[in-house]
Parts: sequence; C-alpha cells; structure tokens
Amino acid sequence: MLRVIGKRIALLIPTLFGLSILLFLWVRSLPGGPATALLGEKATPEAVARVNELYGFDRPLLTQYFTYIGKLLQGDFGVSTNTGRPVLEEFATRFPATIELTVVALIFAIGVGIPLGYLAARYYGRFVDHSSVVLSLIGITVPVFFLAFILKYLFAIQWPILPPDGRQDPRIDATHVTDFYVLDGLLTGEWDAAWDAFLHLILPGLALGTIPLAIIVRITRASVLEVQNADYVRTARAKGLLERTIRGRFVLRNAMLPVVTTIGLQLGLLISGAILTETVFAFNGIGRFLRDAIFGLDYPVLQGFIIFIAILYALINLIVDLSYSVIDPRVRVQ
Amino acid sequence: MSTVLPPAAGGSAAPTDPALDTGGGTGLWKDAFLRLRRNPQAIVGAIIIGLFLLVAALAPILAPYGGNDLPGRTSITPTSIPGPGEIDGFPLGLDRFGGDVLSKLIWGAQASLLIGVVSTTLGLAGGMLLGILSGGLGGWVDTVIMRFVDILLSIPSLLLAVSIAAVLGQSPYAIMIAIAVAQIPIFARLLRSSMLSQRGADYILAARTLGLSRSTITMSHLLPNSMGPLIVQATLTLATAVIDAAALSFLGLGGGLPQTAEWGRMLTYAQAELAVAPQLAFLPGACIVITALGFTLLGESLREALDPKTRRK
Repeated sequence: MLRVIGKRIALLIPTLFGLSILLFLWVRSLPGGPATALLGEKATPEAVARVNELYGFDRPLLTQYFTYIGKLLQGDFGVSTNTGRPVLEEFATRFPATIELTVVALIFAIGVGIPLGYLAARYYGRFVDHSSVVLSLIGITVPVFFLAFILKYLFAIQWPILPPDGRQDPRIDATHVTDFYVLDGLLTGEWDAAWDAFLHLILPGLALGTIPLAIIVRITRASVLEVQNADYVRTARAKGLLERTIRGRFVLRNAMLPVVTTIGLQLGLLISGAILTETVFAFNGIGRFLRDAIFGLDYPVLQGFIIFIAILYALINLIVDLSYSVIDPRVRVQ
Repeated sequence: MSTVLPPAAGGSAAPTDPALDTGGGTGLWKDAFLRLRRNPQAIVGAIIIGLFLLVAALAPILAPYGGNDLPGRTSITPTSIPGPGEIDGFPLGLDRFGGDVLSKLIWGAQASLLIGVVSTTLGLAGGMLLGILSGGLGGWVDTVIMRFVDILLSIPSLLLAVSIAAVLGQSPYAIMIAIAVAQIPIFARLLRSSMLSQRGADYILAARTLGLSRSTITMSHLLPNSMGPLIVQATLTLATAVIDAAALSFLGLGGGLPQTAEWGRMLTYAQAELAVAPQLAFLPGACIVITALGFTLLGESLREALDPKTRRK
C-alpha cells in the first residue's frame, strides 16, 4: 500500500513541474508583460522599470523561473496584488467557507444521487426510472449560475424562507474560531449562529450540488443495471440468499466502483461551480475571491490557486484509487 | 477534415458525411443514421437545434431591432422596467438599458451558437491533432503529449478557460479560444484511447502485412474507425460549450458594450433586478437550457445508435 502511495506521489512531480512552467510562462506572456500586469495598463515606463528591477523581471527567463520555483518549494506563493497580503494567508481565510459549501453540495449530491440512481435501476422502465432520467438530463443542461438564480428567486424572493446571500446574518454576533461558521457555532455552543450559517448554505449548496447529483444518478443507474444481471448475482439468488443481502452485498457494493471514481472527478466541477455560485449568492469564499482576482488581474493569486488545485486534485484521485481496495478486495491483491 | 466537424445541423450531418464513410465504416454510420431517425429523443434534439440554428441564421430578418440597439431607452426608469406585454412594440418587454428583450434573445442565439460551434470545432481539431500524433506515433511523442494533456486536465476547465481569457483580453474571440483549449485534452485522450483499441485489430494487421506506410494506416484506417466516440463527444461538448460560453460572459469576460446581446451577459445584468423583473433572468436562462438540451439529446441518441451493445437488438 505504502509503495503504491509513494509511486503515485512520485508520478505527480513531473506533472506539477510542467504545470509550474506553464503558469510561469502564462504570466510572462500576458499583454505588456508581468510588470504591466502588476501595475495596470496605465503604468508609466519608470514604474514598469522599477517593478522589473524589484521583482527581477529584467533578468534572464531561466533565472526568473528558478527563483519562482525556489519560492514555491518554500511555500511562498507570493503576495496578492489586490489586497497586499500573502496569497496563502488569503486562501486560508477563505477556504473554510468554500469547503463548507462544497461539503453541503456533495452530501446533497451523494445522499440523493446514489439512492435515486439505485431505485431507477431497480425499477427499470417504471416511473422512478423515467423521472430520474429526466431529472438528471435537466441537471446536466442547466447552467449552475442560472439554477442559482432560480433557487434564489423562488426561495429567497418569492417565498422568503431562506436567506438570499452572505454566509451569516450580520446581526448575529458570532465568535469565529475555525472560520467554518457552522462548526464554530457548534463548538462555542452558539446554536442560533450555527443554524443561521447552515441556512445560508442551503441554497448555494443545492445550486452547486445539482450537476454532480445528475451525474451521480446516471452513473449509479448505469452501474447497478449492469451489475444486477451479472452471473454472480444470479448464483447468489439461486443459492437462496435473502434479497436484502443480495442487493446490499452483491449488487450495490460491486456497483459502487465507477460511482466512487465519478465522485472523485467532481472536484473540478465543484471548484468551477463555486466561482459562479458564490458570485450569485454573494458568498464570501474562495470562488468569489477568484472572480475578483480574475477581474483585478491578480496573477499571484490565480497562479497560486491553480497549483494548489492541481495538488488537491491529484490527492483526491489518490484517495479515490485507494478507496477501491476498501470496496473491492480483488484490487487489494494486486 | 474540418468538414466532419459540425454535427449539429438536422441531426444527420455527422453520420452521413462522406468523409466518414471511408475505411469500411459505411455500415456502422448508415445503420446509426437509420436508428437515429426512429429515435424520438434524437428527433426532438434535432428539431431544437434546427430551430435555434434557423433563428441564429435569420437573426437580421427576425429581430425587430439590432442586438446592441436601445430602442426603449426613453421608456424605462430606474424603478420601472416594462415586462412582457406591458408596452407596445416590445412583446417581451425591455431590459435595464432599454434594449428590446426579444431582439436580444434572437441575436443572443447567434452569438451563443457561434461561440459554441467555433470553439468545439477548434477544440476538436486541436484534440485530434494531439490524439493522432499520440496514438499514431506512440513512443516518447505519446508520453510527452499525454503528460501535457494531464497537466491541462489537472486544472478545472472553467478555471483554465478563465486564465486563457485573461491573457487574451476581454472579447468573444478570447472566450472561443479559451473554451476550445479547455476541450483539447478531452478530445485528445478520447481519440488516443480509441486509436489504441483499434491498433490490434485484424484489419490493421492486414494493412500492415500489405506493406502500407504507417501514415497511411493511421490516417486512412485507424482514424476513420476511431471517429465514432469523438463525434458523440463533440455533440455533447457543444452543449457544455454553450453553457461555458454563457458562464464566461456571465463572469464578464466577453468584453464589448454592457448591453451586448449575449445570453450569459443578459443574466449578469438581470441579477440586480431579480426581484422586480425575474423574466430578464429566466428568458435568456431558458434559451441556454433548451439549446444545451438539444445538443445533449442528440449526442446521447448518437451514442446509443453507435453503441454495438444496443445495436444488436
């Protein structure tokens, strides 16, 4: 097992190395060069020259690259040009919000998606099946920001039962220990704060979770359909095993492999979706910060974030692969 | 090769394309087309796409006003925006700039479909180039290209598109190229794996024993027989391209005037008026959903039609 993990991490190194070169060249290829990117388009030539000297943009490309990678390896992602604070610090304060949002979205997507996909396959060709197919089709074709609009209009404007934006009602005086607002409320015993933060997560969570939900329903349905007619299921049935045992231990467990892979692949979708969802719901997480970074042309933030996401992506894929061996003993033997 | 690309029109363009009927694929594509014609899902998808293509092509005739015109500028105030049927001459009402919503939806169809089709064509072409090099040559070329594709895949596609659009500046062309580049890795991967699975086939062995050159085998035997999954993916990608294009211009990367007729852009400016004029968000949103639905229905039925498992029935 350890050898597998080591090998996978070793394979990650060339990818990250290549990515760092791409990101380095990306900023150097910006119109007007990196100094103009930092200072804005109206920068005077003197200011550009000063920044070039300060950041070493006038030195040979190779030297610059080694300085850049050297800093990266020491965990120095640079300073945000918009806020003047270190990029890592900015991430640290905003990531908890997005993680909370993503967790709610994933719980919704998995919690509804797997049972629905399973029922659709079990009652193949019947009403549950048809409605799940239609539902997942709609889930795939509705843009996440439009869905966010619909939810916001219905449940925050037309029937105002949920808050339209933000992370927490500003009138609530909450103590923040971890920056995970729901968790903070639970830790400090401020139940109303936790409940309010949770209510603020529902609409963006639903908006963000719908596309993964649609995909999980489809994969689960297809996978269960394939497995439930397999020979070993027929054998189990012929042996006279309880239907419940067959469905749980034989069908569902074997059908889960592709589903787990799919769930792992949703990360990219969730990050892209978070940018849009957080924009619509004025939710102060990493997505909204990225949107501001895009418009403020905050390259250190964008560079740092892409590297960060690439590492996260690889780690999640690794976890997914390792979870196979938990689900499927045959993988463990290899 | 670019003649193969736009599989949109009428739902039948791709399967009947003569370029695909070479290399022994005739039976498969003809069969797929016959099955498509009998599939209600495919017909619905084709009708939707046909309708939107028609509207997009005839926009100058159909739209009462130009896309960026503000004919109702004098009829709006910050507190009142006339909705559908509330003001003569503007059947779907006005937006906050005083633009005619109906005209903007029609011109928006042109903008969205153009971005969708052009970016998917570029993405497919780029992906095919990498895929052919990778699957056809193998060896170190394959390794280098696949590592590059891995790097691109490790960046979430919308973020990749956003980064590219940031370099190219804010314009519709930037959006096209950005979406195209974000699609390249998927097509390249797909074509490569499709070609690899064909490489051991008997007809390839036969071609090799006949002494055909590697480039001939790759281009006239491997490639045509590996195109199936790619055409399906391209049709499905058209749906995501339309959605992603809307997302990028929703975020404000499209450039140009604020009142530019583009569905995603219309949604950006509908945000502030969501409580008083929800139709400003729902109408362009519905257009995006229906277009994406059309491409998805068509792509899925095409996949079914080409799938050997369902073909046998």
